[in-house]
Amino acid sequence: MKQIPAPFWTLVLGIAVTLISLWVGQNHNLLPVQASEQAPLVDDLFGVMVTIGTALFIVVQGAIVYSMIRFRRRKGDDTDGPPIEGNLPLEAFWTAIPSIIVVGLGLYSVVVFQEMGGFSPGGHHGHGAMVAMAPQQSVIDVAPLLAQMGLGESADADVYSKTQVYGFGASPLVQMNQPDVTVNVTGMQFAWIFRYPDTGITDGELHIPVGKDVQLKIEAQDVIHSFWVPQFRLKQDALPGEPGELRFVATREGTYPVVCAELCGSYHGAMRTQVIVHSPEDYADWVASRVAEATPTTTVAQPLENPSDAEYLAAVVKDRPFGAIAPDLAKSPVQIAQMDHAQMDHGAFANH
Amino acid sequence: MFKPFNKTRFMAQAEVSIKPTEDQGGHGHPDKWKWYDYFTFNVDHKVIGIQYLVTSFLFYLVGGFMAVLMRTELATPDSDFLSPELYNAFLTNHGTIMIFLWIVPAAIGGFGNFLIPLMIGARDMAFPKLNAIAFWLNPPAGALLAASFFFGGGAQSGWTSYPPLSEITANLPQTLWCLALIMVGTSSILGSVNFLVTIWKMRVPSMKWDQMPLFCWAMVATSILALFATPVLAAAMVLLLFDINFGTSFFKPDAGGNVVVYQHLFWFYSHPAVYLMILPIFGIMSEVIPVHARKPIFGYKAIAYSSLTICLVGLFVWVHHMFTSGTAPWMRIFFTISTLIVAVPTGVKIFSWVATLWGGKIRYTTAMLFAVGLLSMFVFGGLSGVTLGAAPFDIHVHDTYYVVGHFHYVLFGGSVFGIYSGVYHWFPKITGRMLNETLGKVHFVLTFIGTILTFTPMHQLGMQGMPRRVAMYDPQFADLNQLVTVGAYILAVSVIPFYFNVLWSWRSGKEAGPNPWNALTMEWTTDSPPIIENWEVLPVLTHGPYEYGMDKAVQVGPAGEPTEATQV
Ligand code: HEM
Ligand SMILES: [Cu+2]
Ligand SMILES: [Cu+2]
Repeated sequence: MKQIPAPFWTLVLGIAVTLISLWVGQNHNLLPVQASEQAPLVDDLFGVMVTIGTALFIVVQGAIVYSMIRFRRRKGDDTDGPPIEGNLPLEAFWTAIPSIIVVGLGLYSVVVFQEMGGFSPGGHHGHGAMVAMAPQQSVIDVAPLLAQMGLGESADADVYSKTQVYGFGASPLVQMNQPDVTVNVTGMQFAWIFRYPDTGITDGELHIPVGKDVQLKIEAQDVIHSFWVPQFRLKQDALPGEPGELRFVATREGTYPVVCAELCGSYHGAMRTQVIVHSPEDYADWVASRVAEATPTTTVAQPLENPSDAEYLAAVVKDRPFGAIAPDLAKSPVQIAQMDHAQMDHGAFANH
Repeated sequence: MFKPFNKTRFMAQAEVSIKPTEDQGGHGHPDKWKWYDYFTFNVDHKVIGIQYLVTSFLFYLVGGFMAVLMRTELATPDSDFLSPELYNAFLTNHGTIMIFLWIVPAAIGGFGNFLIPLMIGARDMAFPKLNAIAFWLNPPAGALLAASFFFGGGAQSGWTSYPPLSEITANLPQTLWCLALIMVGTSSILGSVNFLVTIWKMRVPSMKWDQMPLFCWAMVATSILALFATPVLAAAMVLLLFDINFGTSFFKPDAGGNVVVYQHLFWFYSHPAVYLMILPIFGIMSEVIPVHARKPIFGYKAIAYSSLTICLVGLFVWVHHMFTSGTAPWMRIFFTISTLIVAVPTGVKIFSWVATLWGGKIRYTTAMLFAVGLLSMFVFGGLSGVTLGAAPFDIHVHDTYYVVGHFHYVLFGGSVFGIYSGVYHWFPKITGRMLNETLGKVHFVLTFIGTILTFTPMHQLGMQGMPRRVAMYDPQFADLNQLVTVGAYILAVSVIPFYFNVLWSWRSGKEAGPNPWNALTMEWTTDSPPIIENWEVLPVLTHGPYEYGMDKAVQVGPAGEPTEATQV
């Protein structure tokens, strides 16, 4: 049989590895559905990394397995291998290739980061003013309710205009716009509280309209928590004393988990709730029904739809909208004391 | 100036190549220690090395036991086996023990102390007393952690212990935890000074820097890193301790403190700490692979310099652990780029080891299997590390099981495999007896399968939405978690043949002789176990550490005068 030259096999192998890597990069199915504008950006970056990673993995693992088989010691052979101590061109090559790859990945990451709005958290200050403009900006006209609710957002506004805000702000496309919906998100042991300054609604679940520019202002009351919606590919720590922001457009209606990702105490694993992405009409209905229910004395969340998702949350939200968690879960009386309404608005930022 | 140290030629060349550098006559040492000497404040670097190794292998069992309990809890979504508080206490102490009382003391304290003087032809470390003090700080640190369970149920805020959680949860245990970390940190600083001075000053005069075994280079990089980073950890611990006990408010946001500052202090140490746990292991790899592949290490200089590069760049990447925290946009970008850069020197090492395998005469010893297993694991762990370095993706998977998968691939698949490899390789030198190879292979196969089964599905869990450090989770993740728990049980079983092998072989294994692997580094020129003070007469370096395959050339040359062919 004719000997097939080595370069030929190298070429065939190269093409095979490339094809396999490209395929894996597209079809790994490791990530959950995409439900925000940022999600495809992140997933594309991941896809590229998986593609490159698969190629490198196959080549290096292949070389290891090949060596283990091909270059194993044969019985009775006690001699040493050839005394090769290095090969400068080869070493330069395998230093250069990864260098080029990481520079490329670095640049690509910066681009993705920018498109995600990573460069403009806190880009819009003065949310106190925004509450006043909310009727024009918001999807629903809730102006009459604002005064009635009396839920001043002045403390938040102060913090958000004075301090560095961390997280993701407006993507470059909507940089000049005000967000359509703003929600104040507060993490506490072991629940999330969502307050809508435009309407005064308070809830243990996050309701947002699809296709609208949503801004979450994230803070923590006691310890560090981390707001994460896997389907949005967005996460921001809720830090006591340091305001955070996530701004995004949800692109897919549905119900997705809101997960606390930072260890916050014994029931950290149970600090889960959900975000419901409504159609604009449903969202308007939801707002209207919640506002109609509300009276000045009881700004109460509805019973949760999915109790198993929120055993602890229920305890918080049901009876006392801004109240303490059930005493048996509480870590210390001090914390309960900290959880009154006034504290919630002002306490954490008292020193700013 | 190159001459092999193979036993046979050793004698013939003795007059030329060996000269006594120290008077041996009449000093009163016995040449062997008694068993009880190993339980005392002994200053012999070999005793200290063994003390480190044995203690750390005990702590490994404790940390592993906690892991098994955690995995049992996580076999079901509900919190039904341990109370959540106890789960968090195990979580915290598992991490703390595995890092500070297992990998660091085994890799740095154990192998570093035992091997460095032997590899460079010294009789002991530069500061033997300091060395003993450094070791003896470790057992009390372990005792403090144990005590923390009896006085308040153990620290519960994770091995990172971020305030404010760490300041309002389990105060007394948390205080004990801080003290324990200060002690191991001090130990690490003392040890590092010792390694640096020893390597700098105490090499046999005939050993040039570029003839030093790569393990010593790795320890140089490790020690520099430890000296720069550890004091910052100590500072963080002291501040935390004061906040908890003395009413200060460095990290209390409602009293003017800042919680993010702690994270900077912590990660300024703890990112380098991950290199403290892998650089010595890289050193072990560079020793084990050439010996069992019977080939010189490929790219000596590249491997040595890449250790130093990792050490340097590794000091400027810490914020990649804080991408979702209070991190300004420019920081996220800066630290994305610096983190990605670390992958380059790491890749260079991997490629160099693979090239060392290539064309060799690979012996399937257990030491070699673990070294190659490490290579294979580390490729995966390194690649997942690169994905984490890219901030936009890390935002999604930070603090999830994806990260848990990543760091176990590099820490278990990397550091633990490396320690195993080192034990199989140097056990004959340390004890004078061989480990049983059959048991060794059983151990390897179980470990390899267990590792893949335990840590691979974690990546998927994290991406799908399971956060880390949870005692209860969404039932949709139950199947993969059960798989992980099965893997963890296999890993638990895998240590049985190993511990049995060590205990049994230490007493009744096959006699090893001075150089069972036919290796060329200097530790193999003395007896196994080495006599006190290591050599009767200090050796003189006659060849580089990795000159495999060059014997013939040497043998044709006149005794003591190397031929052209060896001057590579
Ligand atoms: C190619 C080299 C590596 C890169 C680029 C890399 C990158 C990263 C990044 C970006 C993180 C942060 C992930 C997050 O929390 O969101 C991380 C976590 C971690 N890495 Fe690596 N890594 C590499 C190698 C290693 C090695 C060699 C070790 C140790 C032997 C290691 C141990 C860890 C540990 C312990 C954590 C988690 C710390 C914690 O949050 O508790 N990594 N790595
Ligand atoms: Cu949490
Ligand atoms: Cu790191």
